[in-house]
Amino acid sequence: MIRYIIRRLLWAVVLFIAVTAVTYALFFIVPADPARIMAGKSASPQEVERVRQALHLDDPIYQQYLRFLKKLVVDQSLGTSYANRQEVNDIVAAAAPVTASLVFGGMVLWLLIAFPIGVYSALRPRSKGDRAAMIGVLIGISAHPVWIGLLLSYFFGYKWQLTPIQGYCEVFTPPAGQSQCAGFSLWQWAYHLILPWITIAVLYAAFYVRMIRSNTMETLNEDYVRTARAKGVREFSVLRSHVLRNAMLPVVTMLGMDLALALGGAIFTEYVFGLPGLGKEAVESIRRFDYPTTVGLTVFATVVVIVFNLLVDILYAYIDPRIRLS
Amino acid sequence: MALLEVRDLKTHFRTDDGVVKAVDGVSFSVEKGKTLAIVGESGSGKSVTCLTVMGLNPSRGVETSGEALFNGRDLLRIGGEDLRKIRGNEISMIFQDPMTSLNPVHTIGRQLREAVLVHENVPKQQANARALEMLKAVGIPRAETRMEDYPHQFSGGMRQRVMIAMALINNPDLLIADEPTTALDVTTQAQIITLMGRLQRDFGSAIILITHDLGVVAETADSVMVMYAGRAVEQAAYKGLFYEPHHPYTWGLMDSMPNLAGDDSAELTPIPGTPPSLLRPPKGSKFNPRCRFVMDVCREIEPDLKPVPGDPDHIERCHLEEPVKQSEIERISAERLGAVS
Repeated sequence: MIRYIIRRLLWAVVLFIAVTAVTYALFFIVPADPARIMAGKSASPQEVERVRQALHLDDPIYQQYLRFLKKLVVDQSLGTSYANRQEVNDIVAAAAPVTASLVFGGMVLWLLIAFPIGVYSALRPRSKGDRAAMIGVLIGISAHPVWIGLLLSYFFGYKWQLTPIQGYCEVFTPPAGQSQCAGFSLWQWAYHLILPWITIAVLYAAFYVRMIRSNTMETLNEDYVRTARAKGVREFSVLRSHVLRNAMLPVVTMLGMDLALALGGAIFTEYVFGLPGLGKEAVESIRRFDYPTTVGLTVFATVVVIVFNLLVDILYAYIDPRIRLS
Repeated sequence: MALLEVRDLKTHFRTDDGVVKAVDGVSFSVEKGKTLAIVGESGSGKSVTCLTVMGLNPSRGVETSGEALFNGRDLLRIGGEDLRKIRGNEISMIFQDPMTSLNPVHTIGRQLREAVLVHENVPKQQANARALEMLKAVGIPRAETRMEDYPHQFSGGMRQRVMIAMALINNPDLLIADEPTTALDVTTQAQIITLMGRLQRDFGSAIILITHDLGVVAETADSVMVMYAGRAVEQAAYKGLFYEPHHPYTWGLMDSMPNLAGDDSAELTPIPGTPPSLLRPPKGSKFNPRCRFVMDVCREIEPDLKPVPGDPDHIERCHLEEPVKQSEIERISAERLGAVS
């Protein structure tokens, strides 16, 4: 088990270097001149050149990358934003909790929806309930999050005035003077995230219903389920201890992947609801040619993906004995 | 009274293409402590017959009729909860593929223990002790440590031993073994068959052995039912079937069995063609398209099951005249039976 984890960790390091190198190179191949943008529109060529040297933009890419890596490893710093001189670390630290709130809250919601519906559909295939669920799945998969988000905002937020349309409220350090967040902070936090959670849950719940349904149906046909019935195990125990335990193995993998990807930035949902999360920051930094921020956010997303992969691998080894010894 | 008395059992599956008559009017009985072998090709209805008796068919799209009296109770009518209490306790079952028949995420010990705990309200330690005892009885080495192992850590033969241990742990009156050796290699097959014979003597269980291997039948069975296309075509005591086989399909099975006496003159002769579609079975005798002795009447009228002259317990389903059969029986006896006599 320990050797398994060490091997996974070593792979994670290799993966990290590969992904950051590619990302770094990619952004410096883009034909735009950050020095010119930094120096401002009215800057003279000399000033632009001074900025270029100050930012080491005239060095070869590999040197810039190594300097970036060194800074990252030695100073634990992702650098400074070109746009407003803010530490990229601070930008990430401010945006990450927003996205995490959105994604984990959404995940709880989509699992609460998908698990019962998926299992029910698998147990009653082609029933009216199953058909209704499958139509719901089709709609959920087809509908774009922006459309769902706008629809929810219009009805719940604007027309019926039930929920806020925009913004994010901190749980622990609610900023003073922000009147929309006044009151009990945990409630305000959840209240502002209700619509984003629903929006993100619709799409994922649809995918998960379909996956849980097909996995459960497949497992129901396994020989060992027949063995359990032949032993006289009660139908409920057959389902719980023989069917679902096995059917959920692939779901764990999928959940790890999806969470990691969504944490990299649930861009559409964040944009529609004006949540200052990682996705929104990433889009804005690209628009401003603010490379350090873009690269910093990408690096963070990469680390999240790697960490979640690692967690999934370890969790998988724990829940599937076949992995443990191989 | 017989332990299990099955009368006119029919299992029909409704599919999008029509009704599949997987089992179509089968009757047989199993006596206490005896072994009945059900023989036939894949798709002849052997497994479905037993799954129907156990109530393990899918719940949707299946029509079942007839009766299956087990200790006087009709298994087809008693319903879910009562049947569940019988399953694994009074009747248990072993399946064909030991590689997939055990749950990969639970230890062997837990799966064995579960078989006890679903039927008896005993402490976990006691269930564990029984599980351990059974593992030893089926010949698993180092049984104490192996209780905590998972199925993937066992070989195919060892897993089938575990399946047998699990099936016998509640000392059932009847054990249904659905091709228990088909997925195993030949040396392991012999061990498993020997083991089942020994355990049958020790525990006194009756066995229904589903197989397509006449060699296994010869070693174990007290009586035999040969099935073809959802119907019994010949039923007899073991001796009657092997020394006086009366149905052309049974002859075909025997001709495709090697002669272990080492007589090379008798070549293996496969039965030509393939089993018929159960959606649109042939008119008349179901075996007629593949039968070497087919007559006009076979293509029109399906023969009834009738006793063989001189042996009322030996019944078969064929239009052929007795003298024709006798000459074929003599040929087969001469060529084949070195193996089993």
